[in-house]
Amino acid sequence: MVSALLPVEVEGLMLRRGGRAILGPVSARIEGAGITIVMGPNGAGKSSLLRALHGLERISAGTIRWPLPEPEARQRQAFVFQQPTLLRRSVLDNIAYPLRLRGQSQAEARARAEALAREVGLGAHLSRPAQVLSGGERQKLALARAMILSPDLLFLDEPCANLDPHATRDIEALLMAARDRGTRLIMATHDLGQARRLADEVWFLHQGRLCEATPAHEFFTRARSAEAQAHLRGDLIP
Amino acid sequence: MDRLWLGVTEAVRLLITLDPALVEITALSLRVTLTGTLIAAAIGLPLGAWLAISRFPMRRTVIAVINALMGLPPVVVGLVVYVILSRAGPLGVLGLLFTPTAMIIAQVIIITPILTSIAHQAIRELWADYHDLLISLNATRGQRIATLLWDGRRSLMTAALAGFGRAIGEVGAIMIVGGNIDHARRVLAHAIAPETGKGEFGMALALGFILIGLAIAVNLGVHALSRTERGSRW
Repeated sequence: MVSALLPVEVEGLMLRRGGRAILGPVSARIEGAGITIVMGPNGAGKSSLLRALHGLERISAGTIRWPLPEPEARQRQAFVFQQPTLLRRSVLDNIAYPLRLRGQSQAEARARAEALAREVGLGAHLSRPAQVLSGGERQKLALARAMILSPDLLFLDEPCANLDPHATRDIEALLMAARDRGTRLIMATHDLGQARRLADEVWFLHQGRLCEATPAHEFFTRARSAEAQAHLRGDLIP
Repeated sequence: MDRLWLGVTEAVRLLITLDPALVEITALSLRVTLTGTLIAAAIGLPLGAWLAISRFPMRRTVIAVINALMGLPPVVVGLVVYVILSRAGPLGVLGLLFTPTAMIIAQVIIITPILTSIAHQAIRELWADYHDLLISLNATRGQRIATLLWDGRRSLMTAALAGFGRAIGEVGAIMIVGGNIDHARRVLAHAIAPETGKGEFGMALALGFILIGLAIAVNLGVHALSRTERGSRW
């Protein structure tokens, strides 16, 4: 399935905070299908890049060109945060919330949310307050809430950080299912194993710069940049 | 001691027999205070939420002024409302002075800054949590405020109860704009003084018991709300 939201052209994207460059310049292209894994050591700018692409950060320089008018482009994407933000509502109403924002009736929104909640394994928790869910369940909820609008492009900022292997496996299965349904995923992680399991493409960031954007098989067998090679070897890179 | 005991006994009798004067004063009090609290909540809670999510020049100054208004001397509020509503005042033609409406206006002026300030603080914390999510979901400003008000409802109920508690015990402004007219304009807190002056300790104590009862009820309400907050039951 070809998304109307792609390709996205990123050119010379820069973020500065307090006069200091924290990201960029980054130029990249998001196209096709699959999962792009954004890798790099802590502080490399992975989260900042995702947030800038999604419009959560005001960019200091550069452009992001969407094939659609920007407001429409923003409506067709979603973001899953490392620490899921849970509304002080039930699980069902959390998942239904984006539909309510788009003007769907409560009954309609809840019906769709219930179906999705069952799909992601939260069927037993529909009426429970979201705040009492476990870490893995919270992230499933956040993922379901992001997916309920069937976004063309989904950004995920280390969604499995702090999750146990069982919960990580569940989340990864949901991500692969989303990919198979045609959602383009851009996901930050520093878990090399997870990157190997999921990536179709890898962006490697180091000190705010995009060192390489390479198909996954190529990245893991013959990374081009010295920083990526060192990272793959498990060396500590500054 | 006998006098006190007689007063307490009389107060209990008045409460048990639902003395008409006592009921009248209590009913007027509740009517005025509940109406005042509802109007203040309708103004103060959305205003507090709007202040929490908006950025504009002089915002900090506006917040500081609202916080300062929490300490408005009720007597001064009463005086200003009196001047505005008096026959020679700008709204004198409405004939509202010495009516329950005048009392409600004074109470709204006194408690709106309290509700606004508490709402602002509560919503500001919630906004810090929700900011990225609501931006990410493209919620409009109105949707953001509605979401924050709904999800912050426990804190906001606490704010409203605090406002109610302040208003029900208010004397200074009410006495000036209400007129202290027997059987017509007396509310709980300020009916106690004239009853004591008349030597009607039983009535004064009965009024006091009701006030204390309401204060306890408000505090229990706040406590119950904070328990539901911790348990995330609603």
